[in-house]
Amino acid sequence: MSLLRQRATDLLALLHSGQITSVELTRAFLNQIKLHDPRVKAFLRVDHERALARAADIDKRRREGKSVGRLAGLPVAIKDLLCTEGETTTCGSRMLEYFKPPYDATVIAKLKAADAVLIGKTNMDEFAMGGSTENSAFQKTANPWDLSRIPGGSSGGAAACVAAGMAPLSVGSDTGGSIRQPAGLCGVTGLKPTYGRVSRFGLVAFASSLDQIGPLARTAEDTALLLEVLAGHDPLDSTSIDMPVPNYSQTVKQPLANLRLGLVREHFGEGLDGEVETAVREAVKVYEALGATIKWVSLEHGKFGVATYYIIAPCEASSNLARYDGVHYGHRTDEKKMIAALAAERQSLESAGRRAEADALDNPLVRMYRQSRAEGFGAEVKRRIMLGTYALSAGYYDAYYLKALKVRRLIRMDYDAAFDEVDLIAGPVTTTTAFKLGEKVDDPLSMYLVDLYTVSANLAGIGGIAFPCGFSSAGLPIGLQLQGPPFAEERLLQAAHMFQQATDWHLRFPEMVSNP
Amino acid sequence: MSLTREQVEKVSLLARLKLTSDELDLMTAQMGQIVAYVETLAQLDTEAVEPMAHALDVSNVFAEDRLRPSLDRKAALANAPHSDGEFYLVPAVLGE
Amino acid sequence: MTQPHTVIIGLEVHVQLLTRTKLFCRCSTKFGAAPNTQTCPVCIGMPGTLPVMNREAFQLGLKTALALNCQIASHTKWDRKQYYYPDLPKGYQISQYDLPFSHDGYLEISDPKGRFETKRVGIIRAHLEEDAGKSMHDELAGQADSRIDLNRAGTPLLEIVSQPDMRSPLEAKAYLSEMKLLLTYLGVSDCNMQEGSLRVDANINLHVDTPQGKVATPIVEVKNMNSFRAVERAMEYEAARQYEVWQETHQRLGDVPKQTRGWDDVANITRGQRHKEESSDYRYFPDPDLVPVRVSQAEIDASRNSLGELPADLRHRLERTYAIKPYDSDVIVSAGRALVDYYVELAELCGDGKLASNWVQQDVMRTLNEQKIEVEKFPLSPRQLCELLKAIQDGQINTSRAREVFIEMVALGRSAAEVMTARGIEKVDESELVALCKELIDANPKIVADIRSGKQQAAGNLIGQAKKKNPNVNPGRLREIVIDLVGKM
Repeated sequence: MSLLRQRATDLLALLHSGQITSVELTRAFLNQIKLHDPRVKAFLRVDHERALARAADIDKRRREGKSVGRLAGLPVAIKDLLCTEGETTTCGSRMLEYFKPPYDATVIAKLKAADAVLIGKTNMDEFAMGGSTENSAFQKTANPWDLSRIPGGSSGGAAACVAAGMAPLSVGSDTGGSIRQPAGLCGVTGLKPTYGRVSRFGLVAFASSLDQIGPLARTAEDTALLLEVLAGHDPLDSTSIDMPVPNYSQTVKQPLANLRLGLVREHFGEGLDGEVETAVREAVKVYEALGATIKWVSLEHGKFGVATYYIIAPCEASSNLARYDGVHYGHRTDEKKMIAALAAERQSLESAGRRAEADALDNPLVRMYRQSRAEGFGAEVKRRIMLGTYALSAGYYDAYYLKALKVRRLIRMDYDAAFDEVDLIAGPVTTTTAFKLGEKVDDPLSMYLVDLYTVSANLAGIGGIAFPCGFSSAGLPIGLQLQGPPFAEERLLQAAHMFQQATDWHLRFPEMVSNP
Repeated sequence: MSLTREQVEKVSLLARLKLTSDELDLMTAQMGQIVAYVETLAQLDTEAVEPMAHALDVSNVFAEDRLRPSLDRKAALANAPHSDGEFYLVPAVLGE
Repeated sequence: MTQPHTVIIGLEVHVQLLTRTKLFCRCSTKFGAAPNTQTCPVCIGMPGTLPVMNREAFQLGLKTALALNCQIASHTKWDRKQYYYPDLPKGYQISQYDLPFSHDGYLEISDPKGRFETKRVGIIRAHLEEDAGKSMHDELAGQADSRIDLNRAGTPLLEIVSQPDMRSPLEAKAYLSEMKLLLTYLGVSDCNMQEGSLRVDANINLHVDTPQGKVATPIVEVKNMNSFRAVERAMEYEAARQYEVWQETHQRLGDVPKQTRGWDDVANITRGQRHKEESSDYRYFPDPDLVPVRVSQAEIDASRNSLGELPADLRHRLERTYAIKPYDSDVIVSAGRALVDYYVELAELCGDGKLASNWVQQDVMRTLNEQKIEVEKFPLSPRQLCELLKAIQDGQINTSRAREVFIEMVALGRSAAEVMTARGIEKVDESELVALCKELIDANPKIVADIRSGKQQAAGNLIGQAKKKNPNVNPGRLREIVIDLVGKM
């Protein structure tokens, strides 16, 4: 079987037994990237030489019998919002087009320590704001199942590269569904851990109280393997939890007995595509056949999730993105042009006798900020900065931000009550399969509603996993989402693995992987 | 509550974004739509609800007061759009 | 016609806490390093970096708040104060908004010279926040750019906000002196105004008595005061200026937006500062990167127990134990804990608090000033100095000669006995003194007649003559003997 179709856990076994080398493996994936990424555009940068050099080094150490890390020799793709020391980290933005952080994100340090081969940085919506990866400042990633469609977002590149057989493992981030939604739309497995499970240090922040880094891979087992490396307490992140990391890669194989699976009434309402609903209901039957009991629960405030999210996330984003002002790093406008433009504006106002307006013009420093940010940020990022700035501005705090924090509590309380009755909640990831590129770009609100089923987990801070549970008549993957109580990653992975033992949706490949 | 163009323009200064006249129009319309949507929260009675600023119930996270090496200046300034090798440079901050 | 009015002053003090590292990263806080050499990704605010609270900074803050008699919040959190400035790299300052870790305390101030009544100045709140970097602009050099140094960015600051309880520039200065003394005693800050580790902003207005009742004038915030003396002078200037404005405009509080003025130390005036755009819309919200702090009663008790004796208590103790005046206890306590220890040891050894106080305040402190040394480096131990004081108490030497001996002791590092022996100073026997007096009385009938007629000061002449004959005589005792002998004649 082609290396590209193998599970990461199997590849690791082949590496350990010496049947393949990391160089061979890395070369195979790099070759797939070379062949197909010009059309998929999952990667923003691929570092062939460095990846091969690293693979060779690991091979050498392995041959010499030296100890090697947990992921030794396995290629891993990195979403381009994780800081990599000395290497460009753009966050999908012109603002950071040339930014080279002098530090590694904690998860990057962990991957390096585990001897993973970092093969490249994947495309994403600018600053992780979006659900289609169309908001990248650099390129639009295509869905490997249908190149005319979006891969989802914001971790679109991260999901697409796994689906397209360009990387066995991939690291993304999830603020409102950004791992689970593209995993669902690309037919791969993606897990958003409980808030605090994985260090955020070095993750370029979008919304700090919602952001969480997580793994994407082909199977639950592979996802477990990667999570085991990513998770853990970090003294550099005050919000990371000091709790031992379970042996996910071992426990994932233990089936759950007497699983109580909850279905949410509100998930099966208006707007849910028929094919998606059918696939999800079929998936539930699979669980029933595996011995699970099904129970209907209510997440009464779930319908307010998107509204709550689109207050909290923009507020935090407006603040997190204030640092991009063209002073210490990032894009700065051409100062000569800016000064000239200011002078021209002044002159034209003055000659028109509009003195007051001329006096009210920005001073050069303020104009430098405004112009640099106007040039560095794309439309969606600006929209969210504006929304957040507005919502936090004098007189609106209580009506928007404080209100949203209270509804956030209600959403969390709904989950707590539900998890008193069930072990996990199952449901769709998205209302529909992947839509066409360009379909929603002019309608921000409809794009926001794509997050309907995923945002609540971020607001509540709980974990969720998405994996394929069927295909549409058009041949597009349909995802199933499981959500669990805080720090129930083991349970999520076990349940996903049970399903994948009983089904083979996760082993389907788009044509480009089938015919290398 | 609908947003006016003037409000949006004020917010754009607060947010340090320079928007063209067309962008201001579009932003006013789109923000108005989104704000109207998020205002659906107003229908919920949250009087007695404790706000939830953090997803975690964790407190008292501290680091010890132990020195760690700083970046050398070259590395610190490496990403600066404009510096003289010693300082970050910005258009004159006057009248302060 | 002058209307009676009261000056109302409130002060905002920012002190840098004496931690090794910054509030949210582990870069050094040391003053004076080359620009941009004490920064890291966290304090540069680089993407993806996160703050972690310095435990020591919180402890120092807690200690200070307790010493200021503040209530400690059982639950406190961190907020972002958002504004754009090139020396604020994240675009927000991490501070505390609606739940400061301490509130509602007071600091007692008094004036040893009695120019105002002892009073408690209320403390509204004390909270922790991070400092910004420095922006420099040299207009004279004609530079087009401002230069930014982020070494200071992230240094821990304690902001202490007083109630508008001060009623004169003198009280404002006393509040600052007492605050500085307290912080120094606690060891939480070096309070060096030149290096910016203590900064003061003032809010000042007037309450004018009018026939219609008391009227408050608009509040003005005064900045850029670089010494306590500058604060006093700026407040004096402002009070006078505001009264003039009142007479001209009759503007009341609320009629005009709050004004900010800067103190010009050379011109001795305050000047209006340009209004910053949308200055007050800081869009505070809780920092999601930091978790709340909960302080237990046990931690509060432990911190309180670590405070040591604070200046006010110390003054009272010195006054009570050694019977010295408030003025004297103030001078000694204000000179710092080490000098107090020196004084206490000396007073205990010589058994005369007043004598010890005089010598410490005049001779010891003068020497310290002249030599620019700390009391720890002072060459005479309290025991050595006490030897000299004993000689005075025994009448072996008078004060002015003792001063000479003192100077020699300090200069040569010799004991009192050594110096006195070298100078031939020894106690003159009582019988010798009486003999000398008789001799002088016999030789100076005119002076004796003067003394007898009531002009006791005439005895001075005899004492002068006696000192010429024997420099070791104790003039006080000599005078007593002369008067006694003449009285018996």
